[in-house]
Amino acid sequence: MSSSIPSSTGFSTDDPPPARGRLQLFLGYAAGVGKTYRMLEEAQQLKRQGKEIVIGYFEPHGRKDTIARTVGLEMVPTKTINYRGVSLQEMDTAAIRMRRPTICVVDELAHTNVPGSERSKRWEDVQALLDAGIDVMTNMNIQHLESLNDQIFHITGVRVRETVPDWFVKSADEVVMVDATTGALLNRLRRGDIYAPDKAQRAMENFFKESTLGALRELALRQTAHELELREITETPEVTEGLPSTSTPSEREIHDRILIYVTADPSSAMLIRRGRRMADYLGADCFAVSVSSRQDGRRPAGEGIDAVETHLNFARTLHIETRSVEGDDPAEAIIDFARRNRVTQILLGRPKYRSWSRLLGTDLILRIVQKAKDIRVIIVAARRQQQQRP
Amino acid sequence: MANHSTQRPTPEQLLAQIELEERRARRGRLKVFLGYAGGVGKSFQMLDEGRRRRQRGEDVVVCALQPEYPPEVQAILQKLEMVPMVKSGGMESIDVPAVIRRHPQVALIDGLAYENPPGNPNAHRWQDVEQLLDAGISVVATVNLQYLEKLQDEVERITGTRASSAIPRGFLDGSADEIVVVDAPAPESGLREAPPGDRASLLAEKHKLSRLRELALLVAASVVDRQLENYVRSHGMDQLWRVQERILVCVSPRSNTAHMLDSARRNADRFQGELHVAYVQERSLSDQDRAILERKLDHARELGAQVDMLSGFDTADAILKFAREKGITQIFVGHSTRHGMQKRVWGNLVDRLIRSAEGIDVVVYPQ
Repeated sequence: MSSSIPSSTGFSTDDPPPARGRLQLFLGYAAGVGKTYRMLEEAQQLKRQGKEIVIGYFEPHGRKDTIARTVGLEMVPTKTINYRGVSLQEMDTAAIRMRRPTICVVDELAHTNVPGSERSKRWEDVQALLDAGIDVMTNMNIQHLESLNDQIFHITGVRVRETVPDWFVKSADEVVMVDATTGALLNRLRRGDIYAPDKAQRAMENFFKESTLGALRELALRQTAHELELREITETPEVTEGLPSTSTPSEREIHDRILIYVTADPSSAMLIRRGRRMADYLGADCFAVSVSSRQDGRRPAGEGIDAVETHLNFARTLHIETRSVEGDDPAEAIIDFARRNRVTQILLGRPKYRSWSRLLGTDLILRIVQKAKDIRVIIVAARRQQQQRP
Repeated sequence: MANHSTQRPTPEQLLAQIELEERRARRGRLKVFLGYAGGVGKSFQMLDEGRRRRQRGEDVVVCALQPEYPPEVQAILQKLEMVPMVKSGGMESIDVPAVIRRHPQVALIDGLAYENPPGNPNAHRWQDVEQLLDAGISVVATVNLQYLEKLQDEVERITGTRASSAIPRGFLDGSADEIVVVDAPAPESGLREAPPGDRASLLAEKHKLSRLRELALLVAASVVDRQLENYVRSHGMDQLWRVQERILVCVSPRSNTAHMLDSARRNADRFQGELHVAYVQERSLSDQDRAILERKLDHARELGAQVDMLSGFDTADAILKFAREKGITQIFVGHSTRHGMQKRVWGNLVDRLIRSAEGIDVVVYPQ
């Protein structure tokens, strides 16, 4: 079988390296909506159509109905990694690449690999499979989408740590919503179909509240619709022409360019996510810009600079172009950059109430607003954690 | 502050809500699987849910089927009991009396939008379903987007065709307790083989299906939004924490309103948001300014904005007070261009809003 040959001998020498595999993503809004079940059902259908399909990673969670859906599908054994005396199972990406199936099923895209793994995130493993020309079916919940991190925090009160960058989700050829009613989901939870009883109880007190689930469900439905819209615009421009569209012509003609002003203030992370989402909606270019003083010697080194650098790095992981400009007056420097780069919108963070930088920050914002009369300036507030209980 | 347009329900609305709830308590529950086209797997998902319910001990019976099924659906059907349909004149219909006699907990109905053959007491299948629900039998059913009367115009705009039968607006809004969207890649896309055919027509077809999919998702999202609102209201939560933006556009006779309004409208649509427009009354308004203002406010109303006239000696205070009351998340305002008396006394409006709009975004537009 050609799949046992690890080198590129599976391909004729005339062929270019394998085309990137296609990515199909099943998007849910909570554990237990049936993402894995749906994905496996689809896998079974593809197998019936004669596709060579394997399971690269599967998390059974002790769910009988889901486990039953794996019957007849080949599984590539996971890799055991020892970490601090515990052995953990991770997807064996190298083995799957060696096996080289047409399609690989990978559960739980947002998973973080155990330290010591070749890649730190599962989505990076998936990336490696796609690069090897393998199609991948995978799944995740809406709360793991990086740019929604703040919104999810407002809705759930939980800061989700495991996130998948938006550009990766955008690179999926297909995003499919796995829907279930919140009532059905809560019933599953009560029956113990999702978690063991003690964990289920805790879940009901936190994430699994009717109103939280409803909000997440709505968010996932809208996000999937948005993902579809994005793909339509990029895939079928010739067809979209002349059809009524959701955005007015003027919005399309004016090419938006967004500037995100990045500082050491923690609000910068939220600002970057917000800028990413806006850029996606508008099809705009997006820059993250920091300003450093020319007399570097006098600048408080260390913490501040580190925080700015961390924020710029974060912007880069979301595929936002970053720039550091020099200037003694940040307001001047930002406006100058904006004019030279034909920026149409400037995003500024509002420093947290009572923070030491508040007074200084507000003054800076006001000066930018005064100077940028021909540019849209958006001052993004840190939204308060909403009241959750009646 | 005149002309309040609050979201609070009237006593009549509350009473209607209570009556509806009481009626629902006696009635069976209706759950609908909404699909965007044939072949996306509605039947499978619906019948599979029936199978799982039966496994858990619910009394489930199939009452209506499509003429043909792929093998995976047939496999499920073998595990389910059926009340056979009645044939007449080449058409099949639900045997309503037989189902009511059998009185299962749950009736599965694949295809809600069928017409019944002539002579049947009910002209439409959805009326059969109504009868079953009234008899206390819960129904799980499937339906395609193009059969919902409410969406037919929109579907026609996308596909160029209109389904002959339709389920009236009132039925799903009033009867359906739950709606689940069955999303799937177009039947011949995803990781499956592309069908033969020329590329242009395939793309056009894919585009159509894609728009229908989007519509189905957004319809489901708005249903969820409505349910969430009811839930929040009926549980006495004062804070609406829906996935929503509430945008307030500040208008004055001199502001360049059109651009702000268009942008706000799009923003609100995208996030299922509310659009508010406020004008703070000024004592001295020339006739000309008054006319300009009226035109702007009319434009806002045309865009579906809730327009409020605010009064207050201090413009910024009036706007901020209003914004807090309405739970506004974004304030849109024009860059300040004026150097009048008010500015000297109060500082300019934009500065004041930026300084004081804690927790609210301020978006400043070029004028």
